[in-house]
Amino acid sequence: MSAAKIPDISKYLTRLPHIWCSGCGNGIVVGAMLRSLEKLNLEQSQVAVVSGIGCSGRAGTYLNLCGFQPTHGRALAFATGVKLGNPKLHVIVLAGDGDTLSIGGNHFIHACRRNIDVTLVLFNNSSYGMTGGQHAPTTPEGYKTTTTPYGNIDGNFDAVDLAKSSGATYIARSTIYHASQLSDLIAKGISHKGFSVIEAMTICPTQYGRMNKLGGAVEMMETLRKDAVSAKKAAGMDTDALKEKLLTGELYVKEGATEYTEAVQNVIAKAQKRRAQ
Amino acid sequence: MKRNDSIRVWTGNDACAEGAIAAGVNFFAGYPITPASEISEVLARRLPEEGRTFVQMEDEIASLSSVVGASFTGMKAMTATSGPGFSLMQENLGFAIEAEIPCVIVDVQRVGPASGVATHPSQGDIMQARWGTHGDHPIIALAPYSVRETYDLTIRAVNLAEKYRSPVLLLSDAVIGHMSENMVVPASDEIEIINRTKPKVSPEEYKPYLAVGGEVPPMASYGDGYIWHTTGIIHDETGFPCTSNPNMIDFQVRRLHDKIAFNRDDIVTVDMRQMDDAEIAVVAMGSVARSAVKAVKMARDRGIKAGLIRLVTIWPFPDEEIIQYTSQLKAFVVPELNLGQIQGQLRQTVEGRTKIVGVNRIDSKLITPEQILESIQNEVKA
Amino acid sequence: MREYYEFRFSGSGGQGIMLMGQILSEAAGAYEMKNVVQTRSYGPEARGGACRSEVIISQDPIDYLEVSKPNFLLALNQEAFDKYLWDLQENGTVVIDPDLVTVDPERVKGFNVFPVPVTAIAKNQVGMPVTANVVALGVMCSVTGVVSRKALESAVLAAAPNGTEKTNLKALAEGYKAASGFNLDQ
Repeated sequence: MSAAKIPDISKYLTRLPHIWCSGCGNGIVVGAMLRSLEKLNLEQSQVAVVSGIGCSGRAGTYLNLCGFQPTHGRALAFATGVKLGNPKLHVIVLAGDGDTLSIGGNHFIHACRRNIDVTLVLFNNSSYGMTGGQHAPTTPEGYKTTTTPYGNIDGNFDAVDLAKSSGATYIARSTIYHASQLSDLIAKGISHKGFSVIEAMTICPTQYGRMNKLGGAVEMMETLRKDAVSAKKAAGMDTDALKEKLLTGELYVKEGATEYTEAVQNVIAKAQKRRAQ
Repeated sequence: MKRNDSIRVWTGNDACAEGAIAAGVNFFAGYPITPASEISEVLARRLPEEGRTFVQMEDEIASLSSVVGASFTGMKAMTATSGPGFSLMQENLGFAIEAEIPCVIVDVQRVGPASGVATHPSQGDIMQARWGTHGDHPIIALAPYSVRETYDLTIRAVNLAEKYRSPVLLLSDAVIGHMSENMVVPASDEIEIINRTKPKVSPEEYKPYLAVGGEVPPMASYGDGYIWHTTGIIHDETGFPCTSNPNMIDFQVRRLHDKIAFNRDDIVTVDMRQMDDAEIAVVAMGSVARSAVKAVKMARDRGIKAGLIRLVTIWPFPDEEIIQYTSQLKAFVVPELNLGQIQGQLRQTVEGRTKIVGVNRIDSKLITPEQILESIQNEVKA
Repeated sequence: MREYYEFRFSGSGGQGIMLMGQILSEAAGAYEMKNVVQTRSYGPEARGGACRSEVIISQDPIDYLEVSKPNFLLALNQEAFDKYLWDLQENGTVVIDPDLVTVDPERVKGFNVFPVPVTAIAKNQVGMPVTANVVALGVMCSVTGVVSRKALESAVLAAAPNGTEKTNLKALAEGYKAASGFNLDQ
């Protein structure tokens, strides 16, 4: 993609500068999300962003879009109400891995199960950044955080696997190194009729990177580049070669499943028909 | 034989559900819990018939989350629960207060603490209703004492929520929720419906929290063309955080209180009976107020000048309405299904000017008129 | 004194005890426009061995919400009889199914006891055992006259599932018939 084609997203931004540390990947994810809106040419007032609590949750504060930042972990449950209240809105949730998979884990699996037409952009930095770098349900075993000074002993979730087994119908993953792909995947997720999860692998050089000696932002991005393998390419690779790799791209797409706001409308039609009899 | 079609024999929970429909509630999300489940069950059937939305969420936290989310889009949204579920809702209740999002939470109170006694009545959530969520905040709470009043107050709760951009609590209890009573269903043209005020300014000029001195800021619905943002972080009139501005934090939190306090006369309802010459006042609410009505009659039959102050609005507390009687009274008798939650607030209101005695039960049984009468008689003798 | 009744229906879950309360409430409240309050056992209690449904019917507004001195008790099993007799008013009336309840004469001194085999009547005369509660309702209302037969019939019809209207009316009639020999002594 040439520079000239990068969509202008300035109309979506407000209240900058942001509070994120230098080297933080959150801005890249937000940029990718905003470019997806521009690509889809969505009416600005018809987008609603519900954000989580934590570093990534702050994203909503910088957006010139309808949206709110409710309580920690509950963004998907709030977004479910927004979408049911006005199914015409494009509802996007911006939330972190701790927010979504730990305190909000229950809402995550149930949003997947309902297949409601909401797009979750899951910022995964493998830790809690805002509160000081504690371990999250995405922190790999053995890694150090401020609450795992001897190395993490908890198993970690794979958000993609969890989403798939819980019923999400569009699941993709990319990284902040692959910003253009990330933007395309978010656009596809928004266009998809049903619950979509786009896991955006990001970095926290300030806490997680420093504690695990992963280098600065540049080195951490380089690691993302090296670890990422597109799903297409992975199809031709053996299991051993895929160990420690990060599958990216569209990882699961199911078309034609009943979307939740439609299901609610079906119930209404059924009830009104029965009442008329 | 023909039945009178304006009369329904409903339980309190039925009346709550039907009141919600009459009030225009078009979004309900709930999670099963005794003794509130029937409100969900009735609305699961009735709301779709009316072309409106019912969902059962994964827990009470999600229930209130989606209720508040739906309200952002202009829906009149409600949930119903009981003590344990109400506890789970507290954080989101605080968000709805701070973000000023209209919604109604029905709490059909049961015996606590913890799982308590699920099928039996209590009034143990009076203080949870007031202070359950953290931080300094105002709240509106109403308590019905009959099936018909459950219907009426559900409508009123929805109206107050819309009018004041605030969550409103309806504190029912296991007796009121589960008993049936015959009631006249009012015709729809007899029912006052209040809708939230929408902005009159253009989207460019709109500030979602621009208000002073008890005003209620107009609220645009998401999707209406007004782009606005808010957060549970203390925010300024634009809805964006103002955490580095102590003056603005002070102004905005006080504004939330003023919004309710300046309008208290519109919100506070007290049912006063035979108070003009009363020497003993029984202060009661909910199912217990029915026992209190009887007790006051029994006392009058015995020549005792007893009266009733029935709290319909619990929060904000009807202090002005009560204070006017302090000098004429020998004592307040406060029967309640807890160990003195209303009594404690009353002490704060009365400031030692009048004697206050409690009649308290926490054994899962309703207070009887005889128990209240005994207390009244003791105070006459004292 | 103005009309004021307290009824207590009791038995085990599945005998239609709750429905009896609902039908009587409907007859008194929606057809005869008297004040009614019905309370009941709930949830697990209602599924157990002794559940109850209580109805207060009054010309005046009903203040206290619970039955405190019932005028009438229906007991359709032993456990219910043993559990719910204690606060019956003096001269109160007990209707029992003698096939299901054994009465110790000492315990019911001062009460009117009417044994009616409602379960057998429902099975043999009506031909539908589940209508025992409607038979019992007929007995109770015949004995007390708390609501008119017309109001009760209408309320029974409104509650009867499609296709069972005639059977339920027959059950009610059998109840009235079975009670015709009883006179209240109060």
